[in-house]
Amino acid sequence: MVKDPGLDETIKKLTPQQIEKTINQVLKGEGARMKAYLTTCVHCGLCSEACHTFLSRDRDPNFSPVGKVKNTLWEMVKRKGKVDAEFIKNAARIVYTECGVCRRCSMYCPFGIDIAYMLLVVRRMLNLLNVVPAYLQDTTNSHAATMNQMWVQQDEWIDTLQWQEEEAQMEMAKARIPLDKEGAEVMYSVIAPEPKILAQLLSYMSQIMTVAGVDWTMPATDGWDNSNMAMYSGDFETMARVERLHYDTALRLKVKKIVMGECGHAFRGGAYDGPKWLSWRFPPVPLIHAIEWYYELLTTGRIKIIKKFKEPVTVQDPCNTVRGKGLHHQLRYIMNEMCEDFRDVDPRFEHNYCCMAGGGTINCGPPWTKSRAVSNRVKAEQLKATGAKYVVTPCHNCHSGIEQIISFYKLGMHTKFIADILIESIEKPQHLLA
Amino acid sequence: MFEFVSGPLVWLAFIVFAGGCAYRLGWMFVTARKDRVVYPYMSLKYGLRSLLHWIVPFASVNMRKHPVMTVVTFLFHICLIATPVLLTAHVVMLREAIGLSWWTLPPLAADIMTIMVLIGGVFFIARRIRLPEVRNVTDYSDYLLIAVVLAPFATGFIAHHQFFAYKTMVILHIVTGVLWLIAIPFTRLAHMLYFVFTRMYMGSEFGFVRNARDW
Ligand code: SF4
Ligand code: SF4
Ligand code: SF4
Repeated sequence: MVKDPGLDETIKKLTPQQIEKTINQVLKGEGARMKAYLTTCVHCGLCSEACHTFLSRDRDPNFSPVGKVKNTLWEMVKRKGKVDAEFIKNAARIVYTECGVCRRCSMYCPFGIDIAYMLLVVRRMLNLLNVVPAYLQDTTNSHAATMNQMWVQQDEWIDTLQWQEEEAQMEMAKARIPLDKEGAEVMYSVIAPEPKILAQLLSYMSQIMTVAGVDWTMPATDGWDNSNMAMYSGDFETMARVERLHYDTALRLKVKKIVMGECGHAFRGGAYDGPKWLSWRFPPVPLIHAIEWYYELLTTGRIKIIKKFKEPVTVQDPCNTVRGKGLHHQLRYIMNEMCEDFRDVDPRFEHNYCCMAGGGTINCGPPWTKSRAVSNRVKAEQLKATGAKYVVTPCHNCHSGIEQIISFYKLGMHTKFIADILIESIEKPQHLLA
Repeated sequence: MFEFVSGPLVWLAFIVFAGGCAYRLGWMFVTARKDRVVYPYMSLKYGLRSLLHWIVPFASVNMRKHPVMTVVTFLFHICLIATPVLLTAHVVMLREAIGLSWWTLPPLAADIMTIMVLIGGVFFIARRIRLPEVRNVTDYSDYLLIAVVLAPFATGFIAHHQFFAYKTMVILHIVTGVLWLIAIPFTRLAHMLYFVFTRMYMGSEFGFVRNARDW
């Protein structure tokens, strides 16, 4: 069993009464859907085929979607919350590290039972019991304290934007990153790993926006990070604070829409989980994902491809933008526009396998890296079968997760964001350069 | 004995069945209002679109992945509902009781369909035992439910053909039929009631909110 202080140490502090009370309190709060799902599931196992963990682990029945529900929620319901600390730890391992809440199983269950939701309810219980993988909890703490995922302070943030503006200007003299500009058409928001470890992406976006002639801005205050790991740790209060501040910031800047970077879970938080918790039917400011944005810029001719990427390249359909927003056709359009040798995956579109990094699983950190890679052998096989050398991953989680799978299975490939390729292939008009 | 089971008991069963179903559905409609997502995201168009893909054989990817299971499931469920409703003996009794009647199945078809239900049930049991991912989530209640569903068909078939103990079989047939009816709203057989709604909800969430397909 993997060692994780977030589970091993925290369960020592639990009392049976506390466990029982918390489980029942959460169950009581769940309504019609939970009850209907629990009575409708006919234990047919047809959802198994959907899950990459089940397929990757030689069809181990405990890794099937319904198997995971059985080993967590069913027992809790059956024993009316009277489960012990060891059970809680095992449940935490299952719901946090073996399910990417990718919702593929809902497309395989004849009844459309939302297993990802049921496992998220278990996460909610575990969060209230403080039993959360240590790395994931640290990320959640960072959201709670700094409103972003990686403890980035405001001065660091502004500093990084200005530094990347200068980087962009080395390539394109007219490039800018307009800070806190009221009334701009677009607010661009990113997740904290961009300023922290992938800062060049900011410079790329600055150049793309400049070429496209977009009236855009980035906030100088907190509220710029719309990633949301609290959503996955089960800390929905913090999740809601992050989402609210993100939209408050867009409203303060009076922008027409928010364009967000290449991140799937951030999109999910902003488009769905956040609004749902805040009782908004849809986001108060239109939110579009980078895939939609690039698609719009390409189809309206605001950016033009002049040099196609030559190497063989394939793609990852991120669950949260494909099963979550149906952007697979737009993604294919972008791939074919910018790449000469695009090789599609199989299965694809809504049926693509999750990267097994999403849903907070990759945020459970290094202790779980190996287990995650083992749980997604099918992804490695799928990518290998394309014969591509690069994988475009328009999602930060997919990006890191697939990179790990590539190295674990020695596939000799590399991951790229759309922007990595786009910045090399678009036309950069002369008058912007000098 | 026979008078009691074929008279008052059957009526009682129908009342409990109808009342139970109304209660379960009513409960769902009322409680769903407290859920933040159910009503706001329900969409007739996308709900029906999804439903259609799951009530037409082989219209979803997973059905195509399990062709034998798909064929058996459809035949089983069609026969399960159609046979008792369209059985001559049942319709005759109903006409005598309340004067209502409708088209009935030729005897041979009724026999074949009954056998289809029995074969389906046995198939489901075998599948539960054979496939690890199904065995893992199976408990005694799953077998019990299949037994409850098959019992009226087995006893009805035996009684109709008068193989043995006719009187006892008819009584057993009615009693198991009553159990079957009553079990629907109060056990996992309620998937019959909820199927339409869980499917349409997921179809709505996928289609209306997420612009994606769920089949
Ligand atoms: S990882 Fe995806 S397919 Fe597997 S159980 Fe979780 S939501 Fe379902
Ligand atoms: S969740 Fe759906 S597919 Fe999975 S066992 Fe239950 S009813 Fe079958
Ligand atoms: S990381 Fe990517 S593939 Fe994985 S769950 Fe998120 S969006 Fe899906």
